Amino acid sequence: MNRTHVNCTVNGDDVDFLAADGISLLDALRDELGLTGAKEGCGTGDCGACSVLIDGKLNCSCLVLAPEAEGAEIVTVEGIADGDRLHPLQQTFLEGAALQCGICTPGVLVAAKALLDANPDPTETEIRYALAGNLCRCTGYDKIIRSVQEAAVQLREATR
Amino acid sequence: MRYAAPTSVDEARSLLVDNPGSRVFAGATDLIPQIRAGRPQPSVMVDLKRIERLTSVSHGDGGWTIGAATPTAALTADVDFATMFPGLSEASGLIGSDQIQNRSSWGGNLCNASPAADSVPALVANDARVVIASAGGTRTAPVDEIITGPGQTSLSEGEFIIEFTLADMLAGASDAYLRIIPRTEMDIAVVGAGVRLTMDGDAVAVAKIVLGAVAPTAIRVVEAEAALVGSTLDEATLARVAEAASATCNPINDKRGTIEYRRQVAGVITKRALVIAADRAQNGATS
Amino acid sequence: MTATENRPTYKWVGTRPIRHDGYDKVTGKARFAADLDLPGQLRAVYVRSPHAHARIMSIDTEAAEAMPGVKAVVTGADFPDLGVADPEYDVSVNVMARDTVYYHGHAVAAVAATSRELAAEAAAAIVVEYEELPAVFTIDEAMAEGAPLVNENNYTKFIKADEPSNLSTITNLERGEVDGAFAAADLVIEREFTTSAVHQGYIEPHACVVDTGADGKASVWCSSQGHFRVRSSTAAVLGWDVSRVKVTPAEIGGGFGGKTTIYIEPIAARLSEMAGRPVKIVMTRDEVFRATGPAPASKVRVRVGATNDGELTALEAWMAYNVGAFGNVAGMVGAMSVASYKFPNLKLEAYSVLTNLPKSAAYRSPSAPHAAFAIESVVDEIAQKLDIDPIELRLKNAAVEGDLTAMGMPHPRIGFVECLEAVRESEHYGSPVPAGAGRGIAAGFWFNIGEQSSATVHVNEDGTATVITGSPDIGGSRASMALMAAEELGLDVHSITPLVADTESVGFTDTTEGSRTTFATGMAVVHACRELIDDMRSRAATILSVDVDEVVWVDGAAVAEGNDPVPLASIAAQAKRTGGPLTASASLNAGGAGPSFAVHCCDLSIDEETGHTTVLRYTAAQDAGTAIHPSYVEGQLQGGSVQGIGWALNEEYIFNDDGSVDNPSFLDYRIPVASDLPMIETIIVEVPNPSHPYGVRGVGETGIVPPMATIANAISRAAGIRMTALPMSPPHVLRALNER
Repeated sequence: MNRTHVNCTVNGDDVDFLAADGISLLDALRDELGLTGAKEGCGTGDCGACSVLIDGKLNCSCLVLAPEAEGAEIVTVEGIADGDRLHPLQQTFLEGAALQCGICTPGVLVAAKALLDANPDPTETEIRYALAGNLCRCTGYDKIIRSVQEAAVQLREATR
Repeated sequence: MRYAAPTSVDEARSLLVDNPGSRVFAGATDLIPQIRAGRPQPSVMVDLKRIERLTSVSHGDGGWTIGAATPTAALTADVDFATMFPGLSEASGLIGSDQIQNRSSWGGNLCNASPAADSVPALVANDARVVIASAGGTRTAPVDEIITGPGQTSLSEGEFIIEFTLADMLAGASDAYLRIIPRTEMDIAVVGAGVRLTMDGDAVAVAKIVLGAVAPTAIRVVEAEAALVGSTLDEATLARVAEAASATCNPINDKRGTIEYRRQVAGVITKRALVIAADRAQNGATS
Repeated sequence: MTATENRPTYKWVGTRPIRHDGYDKVTGKARFAADLDLPGQLRAVYVRSPHAHARIMSIDTEAAEAMPGVKAVVTGADFPDLGVADPEYDVSVNVMARDTVYYHGHAVAAVAATSRELAAEAAAAIVVEYEELPAVFTIDEAMAEGAPLVNENNYTKFIKADEPSNLSTITNLERGEVDGAFAAADLVIEREFTTSAVHQGYIEPHACVVDTGADGKASVWCSSQGHFRVRSSTAAVLGWDVSRVKVTPAEIGGGFGGKTTIYIEPIAARLSEMAGRPVKIVMTRDEVFRATGPAPASKVRVRVGATNDGELTALEAWMAYNVGAFGNVAGMVGAMSVASYKFPNLKLEAYSVLTNLPKSAAYRSPSAPHAAFAIESVVDEIAQKLDIDPIELRLKNAAVEGDLTAMGMPHPRIGFVECLEAVRESEHYGSPVPAGAGRGIAAGFWFNIGEQSSATVHVNEDGTATVITGSPDIGGSRASMALMAAEELGLDVHSITPLVADTESVGFTDTTEGSRTTFATGMAVVHACRELIDDMRSRAATILSVDVDEVVWVDGAAVAEGNDPVPLASIAAQAKRTGGPLTASASLNAGGAGPSFAVHCCDLSIDEETGHTTVLRYTAAQDAGTAIHPSYVEGQLQGGSVQGIGWALNEEYIFNDDGSVDNPSFLDYRIPVASDLPMIETIIVEVPNPSHPYGVRGVGETGIVPPMATIANAISRAAGIRMTALPMSPPHVLRALNER
């Protein structure tokens, strides 16, 4: 299999790696860059556990070929906190008990961040549809939705 | 397997000619899982997204030109487009989750040739055409001539779709798309109905009805279209239309639905989509 | 909301601190099994059966072994034959077929290579010759006269069986005199119910890394609900002593019962032994659906008799569970789970039926949901026919302390009545049913179990503490352990570090299952803390020069009258001169597990033209005994409810004619997504379990028992159709509407 030298930015850092052309961005993040926050739950884009932002857009990294990342800015769950200050979503998820096993949590957080970046005041229905691509089997979603709502309030207050 | 990202149509065309067994892709949301499952194994994966023309959206000269690799999320976010083609915009927005929406494209949705593709009935209802890159240059074709069967297209080896063209929606016309799925998201259409109506006052002047997931390809319901013309979408006409839609279906039993179910709900959503389209056509409603 | 019945108030128990493992989970640092890589690690890929039942005539691995990067290949020949009588025999054959494959997807070989891609290419080069055997897939086929034998090594359990059979268990339970009771009943309703196989649907596929050293010892890192069971089963399959296997539990990405057994660990261990390098196995989602335990499909016939004033006088049920290709006690457990109502006359006949489908596994209250769907549907129909409020009818018949379960055991103090009353008094039940909607009620029960647990508690030199258990944390149990330790020791909960140790660093502990962890492992933690407190009282007595009997433990300090209290930190600081490190361990086999009841209420609407159901409002009430961390108790109620809603509405295994799974993906195995659901309102009822120091019952499982009947009952009231088959997906509902 051919290998491509890929240069991109991951969580603000310039990185480069060699990617076999058939592997996914998810595999490259996990195996080449050691960023195991994004998870593989299905490998077919149906569970959202591998969600990352590519140039600000939410993507399933299992459905992106690693060489496609050339020149892109990628944000994973490892990059959403501001140094040692957790992102409000991370904090409200902790306080709101929005995670149980935690396997879906990285993808849910990234998807929720993409939503709030684009829509700071979403309705409950908008949150539910925005997170429909992120399966959670533990929580029944209730506490996830509430924690996103609470983070949205905090983010709006912080920017007021 | 090799990855290539050409930046021009010509470069892409050469890659395909020079590399038998190569495949073009845009979002690859269907192709990557297929490759992982062991079929197909392309020699070269030709990424079309770095060709500017394939991700450009332009409006002018009485029509729209939309790059075949444009993410559907960009289309649904385009207010001018969504206002003029609310049904086509909604159909495009139903292709998968937000994650998928940032990858999925009309070109991919069409060329994957699933009978259940959401954008296809809406594209056909709106008489969309495609510009195709061929070995010798380009050719154009109506969208409904591309898919020939499940997973099968009329494109020759080495051909790919550059862009879609759509004539502006005329005053008094509008469209709608509805689908039936078991959940509220993340499912493949069990039945999809794309319709477009041109109204003359309260009466239907022109109708086009296209169903998805009820036959090997998206199908028109010509009999129902004829029944609609001149009607005011009264109950009796809608009942006749629903019956014609159900009768036109040629569905299969599979894990997503039964023949019996598909037939019945095809009529139901056809009716509902027509009511929405007529309302939009008459009132200029955008949603 | 919490409905609490005179339980003591505590300083820490019942509060909602941030869970200790939460920080790593929101920052992506938590290490799940697939996140671990070892130097020199190989990846292994399986070859699986393309037939539902076939004799393996030959396996040719020569070409595969010669391929680049391939370091080891295993087949059934590389594992010992344990003999049919061995309790791990079925597991050993399920993880790697020997001379016969029993289901489509059954493992027949595995290849370890330097990359997953090379392993997959080599696996594809292995040639297996099969001779197909007749296969059966349904309960009816398998129970038919003269049916082909599913598995020639299955003998019916618990009886003297000379011949192999398609029945794994046969259970008959009876009390009173049902025939007379039915004859005397004013109303008798009989119906047959069916349910499809459903998967636990954990988002994390099974994964492990195993490094078998030159000393012959295997170090295993894996995703499991019980790493001691992984140790014993892995050792058994390999023919080893358990001392040759060390298992370290990784964070587990969901289990719900499905990770109480093993699939991959002994395969990786043997490959690693052969290659001399660590081997990692990560299942694909497709493999998870095709070859790991679903919950059984079922067929249940129920007949209930009642008087005109709503007294339930008789229950007769015939129950069969489709358990797949290996022995399983699902039918027996299903019969035992019938325990919610007094039923003076009762007759149950239950079967565990083998078919050539994947071996079924536990799933949250295993077997109880199937039985409850049937019985709670018929009980509701009786309420409808008699025009009695469905809660009042249940209150009239609800089991209370001393009433008998189907097994004939008297219930201990239980909170079923309290749960019914909590729903009756809820804002939800008091509100008008939305126009066009229907409201359904149903109840559920699960035993909960005790079993063996161990805990070690260290008080550190600065007065902080470490709580070590052997129970993998699948729903927040580390936080619960820390809360109970905080309450005992009088420490801030965040001064306590709870952790789950490997099999060599803590005493034997049974699997996290049966809603037992907060109950039994929590009890071990409390016992260890109390031993430590006794030790610290004695240290304080030394420090104060008083008799130890004069020292009591109050709010984190040793107190002796006439002296200043000696805080824990001070005792810790002086540990060296008072006898050395402060540490205590407790191991126990916990008795007195407290059953947990639940009552659910749902409002839903039906699109009568498409059969699509929309859940508008959902409330789950459940007796927790005592909620140690209420947020995670609510989480269990909500998660169980939503798994049940998925089971009710859309989840199902769809099998092709050849027994292969037609929908082995999250695209077509449709678990609920966020937009399918409303908020799930919870009512925590607290009727403390007298057998636990804090009154814990265990809450993990019961929540999945009521939803199917709750939804069926709501559909009945919304649309006048009685759904008797799961899932109640749009095509099925529309067909029932058409036939209405």
